[in-house]
Amino acid sequence: METGQLVAALAAGVQSERVLFREQDTAPYECDGLTMFKAKPKVVVLPETRDEVCHVLKTCKSLGVPVVARGAGTGLSGGALPHADGVLLVMSKFSKILEIDEEARIARVEPGVRNLAISEAVSHLDLYYAPDPSSQIACSIGGNIAENSGGVHCLKYGLTVHNVLSVTIALDDGSIVTVGSDALDSPGYDLLALTIGSEGLLAVVLEITVRLLPKPEEMRVVMAAFDDVTKAGDSVGNIIAAGIIPAGLEMMDGPAVAAVEDFVKAGYPLDAEALLLCEVDGTKAEVADELARVEAILKESGATMLRIASNEEERLLFWKGRKSAFPAVGRISPDYYCMDGTIPRKHLSLVLRRMREMSERYGLRCANVFHAGDGNLHPLILFDANNPAEVKRAEDFGAEILELSVEVGGTITGEHGVGVEKINEMCVQFSSDELTQFHSMKAAFDPTGILNPGKAVPTLSRCAEFGKMHIHHGQMPHPELERF
Amino acid sequence: MPLVETLCERLTAREPVAVIGGNTKSFLAGRLTDEPVSMRDHAGIVNYEPTELVLTAKSGTTLHEIESCLRDARQMLPFEPPRLGESSTIGGVMASGLSGPRRMHLGSARDCVLGVRLINGLGQHLKFGGEVMKNVAGYDLSRLSVGAFGTLGVLTEVSVKVLPIPEKEQTQKLECSQAEALEMLIRIGRRPYPVSAASWINQALYIRLSGAASGVESAAAAIGGEVLNAADQFWSELRDMSAQEFKSSDRWLWRISVAPSTPTDALDAFCFDWAGGQRWITAPANDYSPFELASRLGGHAICFDRHRGEGTGMQPLEAGILRLNRRVKQAMDPHGLINRGRLLEEATHANESC
Repeated sequence: METGQLVAALAAGVQSERVLFREQDTAPYECDGLTMFKAKPKVVVLPETRDEVCHVLKTCKSLGVPVVARGAGTGLSGGALPHADGVLLVMSKFSKILEIDEEARIARVEPGVRNLAISEAVSHLDLYYAPDPSSQIACSIGGNIAENSGGVHCLKYGLTVHNVLSVTIALDDGSIVTVGSDALDSPGYDLLALTIGSEGLLAVVLEITVRLLPKPEEMRVVMAAFDDVTKAGDSVGNIIAAGIIPAGLEMMDGPAVAAVEDFVKAGYPLDAEALLLCEVDGTKAEVADELARVEAILKESGATMLRIASNEEERLLFWKGRKSAFPAVGRISPDYYCMDGTIPRKHLSLVLRRMREMSERYGLRCANVFHAGDGNLHPLILFDANNPAEVKRAEDFGAEILELSVEVGGTITGEHGVGVEKINEMCVQFSSDELTQFHSMKAAFDPTGILNPGKAVPTLSRCAEFGKMHIHHGQMPHPELERF
Repeated sequence: MPLVETLCERLTAREPVAVIGGNTKSFLAGRLTDEPVSMRDHAGIVNYEPTELVLTAKSGTTLHEIESCLRDARQMLPFEPPRLGESSTIGGVMASGLSGPRRMHLGSARDCVLGVRLINGLGQHLKFGGEVMKNVAGYDLSRLSVGAFGTLGVLTEVSVKVLPIPEKEQTQKLECSQAEALEMLIRIGRRPYPVSAASWINQALYIRLSGAASGVESAAAAIGGEVLNAADQFWSELRDMSAQEFKSSDRWLWRISVAPSTPTDALDAFCFDWAGGQRWITAPANDYSPFELASRLGGHAICFDRHRGEGTGMQPLEAGILRLNRRVKQAMDPHGLINRGRLLEEATHANESC
């Protein structure tokens, strides 16, 4: 399809200054948060109204042109990677908070609203929106719906799917439906659960109703250092065995602690093999109680150092260290590659040991940050993107970590999504019948396959190729994709 | 031949299949067209490690067995599923998707599901989700299958999130009208109290507090009212719908799901749960007006009458949603073979072309 022809068709329903097609205008959109993958979209459209979104969808469906929806572009799996022959539908102009109902404790928002902006808008009511991905300053709620985003407070407060009441979506044919409602459940199949985390393959999100929670009266965080990663892992199991579900439970290994401390000066002990941050929240009385119990358990589990943040400032500093882990690692290495496997927590020490072996074998450093409460690992593989051999090793290292996650009974992605990044590993986690079932579900919503094609679910032929690739090392994965 | 293989074979041969668990909820969501097979023999806890907060069981395992196993480790199913009979199975709990009083605080059956194994309409035994809290690989077909009454596939195994039994529980009883109760709950909902259930029945509001002893006590003091004795029995009766108020002989029982803050004068509920989100009404036999009422309030209705004959008793779906429901059914069970007659009557013989 000629670009001019497509632009003209799109501009028939969208103001032409918001239809971008010149290279200098489309270049800023060539990747999302996973910068290893880049592709310039044929056309970028920035719709402002529902009618415009529906016009784009109808036009693209009739012309057979792929549509990739994008929120803030902070995703880490390439879910919003543009399609070179397609339209990139940038939802950033849908940025209004439409309604806040403090009695019902809900907020109705457009998809381009930033995650943190919701909590900020209801802060004066002592309410907040619970899911808090590390990118919450920038990421959009529409993107959160696509990825079923998590955060550091998932164990107690759940993922996006647990905190959303309804979404209004535009389907491939430009029709609009609302799935879910202001009631706590809805009749028929749970299309809301199906929509959330569908990575933009089933529909385009137009509006979201989120549940708001009362802010805890108090939050306290305790930091514990361990001279052994296994002891730190066991201490997490001990806390849970004692019947405590902390609001946040995060772990970092030695290399991550060193990188962070150098960057943030959070007061982390540099000699620690593992560092644990455990946050408890609730009423003042509750927090005092639980904190004392957590402290005792950590001591019994062999913590070499314990510190409770003495005030709110110090609490935020402890967290700042954890939340800065990615940029901190970015300072000690030209590039890093962030993985996202989830494992049953009991296998933590085995998985860390195997990763250390891999690190030596591939000759690449690896720092670990870990949502310890729910088993979600974020190994950061350090490499230099200017060195093609290192890039290849980093990718293989990453793939091996994901396969290890599946091997111990976990999953290749806990919260970042499959996107383009982990599409080959989907062949490891799912059988061909299961993948085929996913494809039929996709076809139920989008029979012509215009929405975000080629992401999240691999074709069976791709898996066959991938299988072959594993036998004959040396072949590049994703041959059709531009590399770095 | 083992049950799962038999079912796979029958579906592969395009024979219709109907399945039940303990047959305690057969009065819900319509009558099965075909002679059902019970999943009861496909039973057993497959994996349970308390510190991982996950339990995996074959679908025919009784709820009773699972709950006593959890109790031994001082844990529980967070969503307090209704126990409508001794034979109730975990498969049936998930297929019906019903949740009890704790749902308002710790989430529903759907919220707690981490993974399932199911047999789709092509007779393929598939696994979705897993045994970990966070898992976003592939579409969420495990949560989709909760509340589907088996029509999207025969559930053979489920993994659920479990949680510790709270250190302390205490229930405050406050005598008041339904309207006053709802007003009070809207105020309390703005405070970070450890409320794990909130229900109104017989001119009194019952608020259950759960958690660390000190937190429960300080919240109880702030909320007021009197401490309810025999609170466990009260919540059990509400959870299992076994309280006297749920046993009306001549009128039909209806569950209405609405936004919790919906004004009480909008419908004549004899009881509400989930802080107002789940309301129970009765209506004359054969009167289906609760559908219209619920729809006007932006919610939906389900008929819970045990003797009703015809229809599914489920809220009719709005056209756009119905169309998607039928397509989803077709994606999972293209020949319309599984649990015909249940949930979406027309869907089983719909040959949808949109």
